[in-house]
Amino acid sequence: MAAPALLVDNLSVEFQTRSGVVKALEGVSFNVAKGETLAVVGESGSGKSVTAYAVMGILDAAAAVTSGRAVLGGLDLLAASKEAMAEVRGREVAMIFQNPRTALNPIRRVGDQIADVLLRHANVTPNAAPREAIKLLETVGITDPVRRAKAYPFELSGGMCQRVMIAIALAAQPSLLIADEPTTGLDVTTQAIIMDIIAERASATGMATIFITHDLGLAAERADRIVVMHAGHVVEAQRTRDLFAHPRHPYTQALIAATPGHTSRLAELSTIGGNLPDLRAAKLPACRYAARCPRKLAICDSSLPSIDPTAPEALACHNPVSSPPMGEAA
Amino acid sequence: MKPEPLLDVAELSKRYALQPSGSPIARAIRRLRHGPEAVPKLHAVDDVSFTIGRGETVGLVGESGCGKSTLVRLIARLIDGNEGSIRLGASELTHIPAKRFASVDERVKIQMVFQDAGESINPRYTASDAISDPLRRLRGLSGDALRSKVEEAATRCGLPLELLSRYPHQLSGGQRARVGIARAIAVEPELLILDEPTAALDVSVQVVILQLLEKLKVELGMSYLFVSHDLNVVRLLCDRVLVMYLGKIVESGPAREVFANPAHPYTRALVDAVPDAKRPPSGRVRLSGEIASPIDPDPNTCRFVGRCPKAESLCRQAMPRLQPVRPGHQAACHFSSSGPQT
Amino acid sequence: MSTNASALRHARYVLGENPVTAFAFGLFVLIVLAAILGPSVVPYDPLASNTSRALQAPSAQHWFGTDQLGRDIFSRVIVATRLDLFIAIASVALVFMLGGLSGVAAGYFGGWVDKVVMRIADTIMAFPLFVLAMGIVAALGNSVQNIILATAIVNFPLYARVARSEANIRREAGYIEAARLSGNGDARIVLTQILPNIIPILVVQMSLTMGYAILNAAGLSFIGLGVRPPTPEWGIMVAEGAAFMVSGEWWIAFFPGLALMLAVFCFNLLGDGLRDIVDPRRRT
Repeated sequence: MAAPALLVDNLSVEFQTRSGVVKALEGVSFNVAKGETLAVVGESGSGKSVTAYAVMGILDAAAAVTSGRAVLGGLDLLAASKEAMAEVRGREVAMIFQNPRTALNPIRRVGDQIADVLLRHANVTPNAAPREAIKLLETVGITDPVRRAKAYPFELSGGMCQRVMIAIALAAQPSLLIADEPTTGLDVTTQAIIMDIIAERASATGMATIFITHDLGLAAERADRIVVMHAGHVVEAQRTRDLFAHPRHPYTQALIAATPGHTSRLAELSTIGGNLPDLRAAKLPACRYAARCPRKLAICDSSLPSIDPTAPEALACHNPVSSPPMGEAA
Repeated sequence: MKPEPLLDVAELSKRYALQPSGSPIARAIRRLRHGPEAVPKLHAVDDVSFTIGRGETVGLVGESGCGKSTLVRLIARLIDGNEGSIRLGASELTHIPAKRFASVDERVKIQMVFQDAGESINPRYTASDAISDPLRRLRGLSGDALRSKVEEAATRCGLPLELLSRYPHQLSGGQRARVGIARAIAVEPELLILDEPTAALDVSVQVVILQLLEKLKVELGMSYLFVSHDLNVVRLLCDRVLVMYLGKIVESGPAREVFANPAHPYTRALVDAVPDAKRPPSGRVRLSGEIASPIDPDPNTCRFVGRCPKAESLCRQAMPRLQPVRPGHQAACHFSSSGPQT
Repeated sequence: MSTNASALRHARYVLGENPVTAFAFGLFVLIVLAAILGPSVVPYDPLASNTSRALQAPSAQHWFGTDQLGRDIFSRVIVATRLDLFIAIASVALVFMLGGLSGVAAGYFGGWVDKVVMRIADTIMAFPLFVLAMGIVAALGNSVQNIILATAIVNFPLYARVARSEANIRREAGYIEAARLSGNGDARIVLTQILPNIIPILVVQMSLTMGYAILNAAGLSFIGLGVRPPTPEWGIMVAEGAAFMVSGEWWIAFFPGLALMLAVFCFNLLGDGLRDIVDPRRRT
């Protein structure tokens, strides 16, 4: 197998807060292959965004990476110097955020903002930058790009701003795009278009995409593979179709059963009992889902099956729902 | 047809006058030169008519900026409309200005659950204070009677009584949603407006809240107007659905049928935009173009014309009206009859 | 668990986190004690002159020295605290009511109420504030009441604007709509929903303007408007001592000036600390 575009291995992150240390991530491992679209799915508090921020080196001051590595093209992003990371961000790995309007500079024309990134990361001459910026706007499906390049962010709709963000992120043709809830807060029609554009650019340039979402339905439609997170742990990773056909972790199964869309009757949706564990607790059970889990065993409090960071599949459960028949797993 | 609807909204419109451009002096000079000028108006809700039957759940879907929020605030009598009527049972509500509506008997009959439960509870109120407020003001309760009603509402909504003394920031998202619902149903309204009640919640909590709402509707015999952008949720909860685009209702009908066989191209695009792993994204309808301006729109042009894949010259000459497609199913499109066949 | 206990715990946390605020609180307590107990604990009568002991430098007997009439400066500085603090508190309380209420009304109702309140505020702001205060006191007469009134008036725009913008933000808040659905009219909404949420912000504002109010009152007395000699008051004392600075008797002006500075400093720091304490989002 070729080297993955990004390998995250045993990543742990802690936050210092007033009320104690929050173990936000613990032993998070996964990988994304070149050209692959990987969805990281979880509810709020699952640590999916923290994972992305840690990989990008943009965690806030209260957070500390306590273990692990994130390898991109032979470079461990978690150990890299500030200067090296500044080079990598934008050129090798780019990120788009949930609220595009706040991520853009409100007092600069969007064309200029794209040109800035081109000059910095893409070896474009100052003369050619404006033209290249307009070309990029065209690739993200903006009609009348010459006029739009002169617009300020407030003059554009949320969907338009997100397209500009994508254009900026893709300016230097990164090998990995991390999209953190890129369509949350946008209308469903705009969401469809934005996701189309991301998919189209990914397949045109062969870049890998990690897209973080709470929307299992969206992940099902768009991702090749899905990583499910719960309370700072990766609980399961599978190819999308297999995950929905044979969810193996009890949490994955519960999450699928709670998501509207697969059924037409409200009563058929099932709920997930209990709450997220308090991640400040000094003594958390080894499996953080144990307290909510109907399939809990005695061993779940003390040990957790380890995950192979390089494998395409992962399962952190001693008592999985049902193993797929032999031979089908491959 | 149904005997007597609970809510009957007819030809309701709300327009906002916009500040004309230029300084007061520049405007005065313009007026002297060209005579009085028309103030531009934003048509937030334009000639909307629909009914909600007793015990019925009607969904209202549409993109942000389509006028959903304005429409529900008109019906909740938080703001006044420009034209049209809102009848609840036998009484006409538009005769009472929104400013005075707080003190009339009908106030208790229409209540609302807000999208952001955290933001809809006064940060200095405990859960119990929040639920008490409407009971005290609208039902005139106090003392033990008030306390027992508050506890009854909380219990109905699955809110543990020991949480009643907490402030909103000490509650989880799901608990806040329950407080917001308990406050609205405590006075036992006839019509409950639900403005995206689960939009801010995780799926696992969303299910619980949706099932709670379904249970309360039956127990208290309420009707729901359910605003949502999530068609999957609307499909689960609603008997009928209204699709709104730029201040107008473009399609209405039984929820299942509208989603299975959309008659309006906009509804088609909405349905096609819902993530669905079983259908590849290619080949679905995608909206191109920009949403038209809601400021003084041309009354003789279909509002959807700039983005519609089916638009023809007729669409720029006449505004389509809502017309029956099938029994109980209407669409405002010149070509709806040639739409998807059953 | 009572909310009072949790609020106390929060206050203690903020003080512990922020030693500067703790220092300001300590200073504040001292100032208040001086204002309450001052006249009964000072070693000398602040008004009794004794020309034989005039213009003595600070010593064990007269910690801050004596002035040209032989009065003990330490006693005068301590006794003056009550009057200066009273003027500041009274004027700030007055502007809190006037400015706060009209600002909230302007922000909530908008329309003509807003226009009237804001034009009044603009008019006041159009004057150099100290000159305006001088004018008011000169026109109405030299009295403590008029100093209080003048100080309140020059602070009015500050309060009105803060209250207006805070009320304006909250006017559209979900809980205001919910209150209306619960059958509350406008007046009740302003009093029970908007004001309680704005008062903590105005209290911070109060602490911040308190320092300014003290300076303003002292300034008026310094130029001869306001409190008259021989009443002990920091501004007058600085004014009286200023003449002696050139001849080397620095202590006459220095110590009341120092007291003034510490008081202003204390209230400004206190304002910052209060902001952290009253912000409910910082409470867990």
